[in-house]
Parts: sequence; C-alpha cells; structure tokens
Amino acid sequence: MSSSLTDGLSASQFFRRKKLVLTAVLAAMVILSLAAGTLTDFRIAKVFVAIPRVAVWLVKNVVPDQMALTRVPNILDKLVATIFMSIMASVTAAVAALVLALLGSKTTRVHPVFSVLTRGIASVTRNIPVVAWALIFLITFGQSTFTGFLALFFVTFGFLTRAFTETIDEVSASAVEALRAAGASRPQVIAQAVFPSSMPQMLSWLLFMIETNIRSATLVGLVTGSGIGFVFDIYYKSLQYKSAFMVVIAIVVVTLAIEMISNALRRVIL
Amino acid sequence: MALLEVENLTKFYKDVRALSGVSFEVKKGEFVAIIGPSGSGKTTLVRCINRLIDPSDGTIRFDRMDMRALEGMHLRHARAKIGMIFQHYNLVTRLTVIENVLHGRLGYKSDLAGILGVYSEEEKQKAVEVLGLLGLEDYVYRRCDQLSGGQMQRVGIARALVQDPRMILCDEPIASLDPSSAKIIMDYLQKIQQELRITIIVNIHQVDIAKKYAERILGFNKGHLVFDNKPGKLDKDTTREIYGAEAGELFSN
Ligand SMILES: Nc1ncnc2c1ncn2[C@@H]1O[C@H](COP(=O)(O)OP(=O)(O)OP(=O)(O)O)[C@@H](O)[C@H]1O
Ligand SMILES: [Mg+2]
Repeated sequence: MSSSLTDGLSASQFFRRKKLVLTAVLAAMVILSLAAGTLTDFRIAKVFVAIPRVAVWLVKNVVPDQMALTRVPNILDKLVATIFMSIMASVTAAVAALVLALLGSKTTRVHPVFSVLTRGIASVTRNIPVVAWALIFLITFGQSTFTGFLALFFVTFGFLTRAFTETIDEVSASAVEALRAAGASRPQVIAQAVFPSSMPQMLSWLLFMIETNIRSATLVGLVTGSGIGFVFDIYYKSLQYKSAFMVVIAIVVVTLAIEMISNALRRVIL
Repeated sequence: MALLEVENLTKFYKDVRALSGVSFEVKKGEFVAIIGPSGSGKTTLVRCINRLIDPSDGTIRFDRMDMRALEGMHLRHARAKIGMIFQHYNLVTRLTVIENVLHGRLGYKSDLAGILGVYSEEEKQKAVEVLGLLGLEDYVYRRCDQLSGGQMQRVGIARALVQDPRMILCDEPIASLDPSSAKIIMDYLQKIQQELRITIIVNIHQVDIAKKYAERILGFNKGHLVFDNKPGKLDKDTTREIYGAEAGELFSN
C-alpha cells in the first residue's frame, strides 16, 4: 500500500486514520437518512408503532378463507402460464444475447467495432428498468401477454449480453488462442473452445435470469394486465384481500420451489 | 535452405516498438532458444511467426510461404504446420485429454467436421499413440482439470504433435512448472527435435537451461536481436549485453 494518503505513516497512525474515515462515513450515512426522512416525512417511530396494527389487520383480512381456496386452481393456472412466459422470454433472450456476445467479445469478435456496438446495445437495454420496458410496450401493443414477454426479453437480453461477453473473455480466451494457433477456423474455435469452456457459466447466468424474471413477471403483469399480476390486481381492486393474499402465498411458494430446482441444476452443471 | 527466414521484422503496439528490424534464419530440425529480459519482445516474436499477431513490417518466410501474405484457408494450413506450446497450457480444461489433443487436427478439417468434432479412426489412434509416447496412456479419457501442471503441458505437446508440424513454437513452456516437471518437458522437446527432426523454437528465462538444450541462442534486448550464436559463445560480456549491466554478474558461470 503506498498511496499518497498513507505514505510515511506509522502503523498506529495508519489504523487511527482508518477508524476516523470509518466513523465519518457512518456519521454521514446517519445524517443523510435523517435528512431524507425529514424531507419525505418518514418517521421510524411511526413505522414501529404501526407494526402491531398491521399484524392484526393481516390476520383478519388476509388469511385465506373458503372462497380464496376455491380460487387456487385458477391462480395456479395463471402462475404456471406466467412462469412459462418468463422462461420463454429468458431463453429467447439468451439465444439473442449469445449471438451478440460472440460478435462483441474480445476473444471471438471479427472486428473491434463490434465490441463497441455490443457494449452500447447491452448498456442501453440493461439500464432501462423492466417496468419502464413494460410501459414502453404497453403504449405500442396494449395490454397483453406479449407486452410482458417483450419487457422481460429486453431486460434479460441486455443483462445476459454483458454477462456472456465477460464469461467468454474470462473463461475461453487462452484455449481460443491455442486453437487459432493450430489453424482452426472461427466457427471451429467457437464450437470447440468457446462453448465447452463457457457453457456451464452461461447456463448458470440463464438460470439466474429465469429466477429473476419469474419474480419480476408479477410486477410486469400488474402493469401490462397479464398473467399472475393481473389476477392479483383484480382481487385487490375488488377488495378481495384474502384471495389476493392467496396469490401472494402461491407466488412465494412457487418462487422458492423454482430457486431450489435451479440451485440443484446449477450443482449438476458446474 | 532454411525452414524459417525472418527478415527485418518490426512490430509496433501503438507507439511502443516491441521488435525492431529483427533478422535471422532457422534450419530444419534446429533447437533454438530465445532469451532476453522481460519486455524484450520474445512473446511478440513467436506470435508474429504464426500470425497470432500481425507484424508491422518485414517478412516471415516459413517453408517457402510468405506468412504475411496468407489469408483464410492458406493461413490455416500454414498454422497447422506450426505447433505452439504455452506457459499456461491453454487447454479446454473441461474437456478430456484426447479431445484436447484432437484439437490439433482442426487446421486440416472442414468447418463442419471441426464444429461437430468428427475425427477419423486414424486421427484418434494417432492421438492415443502420441499420448503414449508422452507417458499419458492412463489419462486419455481423463478431464484436463484433474491433471497436474506437468501433465497438462504434456497434453499441450501432444496437441502440437498431432498437427504433424514441421516446427514447434514454445512460449515459456516451463515457467509455471517445478524443476523436475520442467526437466521432463524439456527432455521431451529435445526428443521431439532429435527423433522426429521437428524444429523447436523456445522462449525461456533460465539461461542455464537454454544453454543445455539449445544448439543456438537468440538474445533480445528492447526488441533488438543482440546475440545470435552457439550457446558456447554466450559469455559474460554478451550476457551483459542481453540482460543489462547489473545482470551480467548473475549469469557469469
Ligand atoms: N498487446 C500489447 N499492447 C501493447 N503493448 C504490448 C502488448 N504486448 C506486448 N506489449 C509491449 O511490447 C513489449 C514486448 O513485449 P513481449 O510480451 O513480447 O515481451 P517478452 O519478452 O515476452 O516479455 P516476458 O519475458 O515478460 O514475457 C513490451 O514493452 C510490452 O509492454
Ligand atoms: Mg513473454
């Protein structure tokens, strides 16, 4: 360590200075939160006082009743449809992202210009939040499952393009070099070096995006009027909180199940 | 007739001059060591020979082919005749030993056959045979990530050998190995040169090892070829010229 800040310090001075910096950061965070709280009229105390009332309300209004239970088949139906939509969006986005990553990664690109383009496309698509995408397509395509699909597709596409590009460069660059030196053509290099070395990590990223998308699909459904989000919206707006909460329970259970499956798959792949 | 003729080879990275006007010849079956301090251009030189790096100026003639003029199929075929061995082995570690060795055949294959990994019976037998010569007969179907460094480097040598090369370029092949694995690798390289008459060009940091194995040594300093002679001619003064004034003492014996 020899930055200009720490040059020529004794050990005790070094640690004292470190503690000082830490204290300053903590103090700044506290002050910031207090300032933010005042500005937004948010009082910590109010939240704590409200907790018991919220609990009572939840128990009274939210624990599923007979009616909510009869709706389970319908809810599961919509949930399964939403899950399939998320998986479809993730997988198609992954295929598109793979093509772009192969064009743009340092290891497999045809020309450096493609790297710049790829990075640009990936940053733009990735940094528009999924709900914003949903709104964009809502204006164009109206309320439909397709709108939700497109929103998930573009966010996933941007994220995976970047993840895949980095994976290719990290994992396969050295083997790619060896195969090029042996006279392999570009397609051969991709099939024999890039895919075998980076596929497990790419699949792991895809699983991660499927999980994420199943979670965001609810939110996207709320906005685009499709899938499980739409079902929740209907129950909620017609004040059938018990049925609405049944939807939440179903989502949580299914999401946990998906996460477990996905972790198991990941163990097999990696 | 020389197998490799390098003439006035120059390489710029932006405005860094990595090689300046390098000229030398290598005969068929010769064992040549390239020495020089870090950053003197050794890696750049061997990569220019098989065009992993494009030279800025000069000519490279390998087996009468003008390497700088080659493109596409012709470049692939020329590269197939030049094996390459790396410091970090550069294997696809998730694949098995034999799959990695067969990668050495890709330069001879059509795109489709290469993509699908279709190899002839003859090629597979050759791969197994070469692995046997390198003492890896028990590891043929083992995944490469289960091998030691020395074993991985032998897989790298096997991959180069199934190319049926006329020359093998080695960029610090023993820099990541312990002394005994390093000796095994250098002995195999020597055996390949002596028994198969394949030309060996090896970048190496250890001057004593270079002197022991090579028939000729090329010494580089800041991109200039400053020594080109038999190992016996490498004395205190010439070593100093390659490695700089302070280092001369280190290599005096
Ligand atoms: N891709 C690159 N871009 C810019 N400069 C580079 C690049 N590769 C090498 N250089 C520069 O070219 C010079 C020669 O580098 P080279 O890697 O050929 O040296 P070397 O003799 O192989 O060194 P070492 O013994 O450390 O491997 C160095 O000054 C290095 O910084
Ligand atoms: Mg080097």
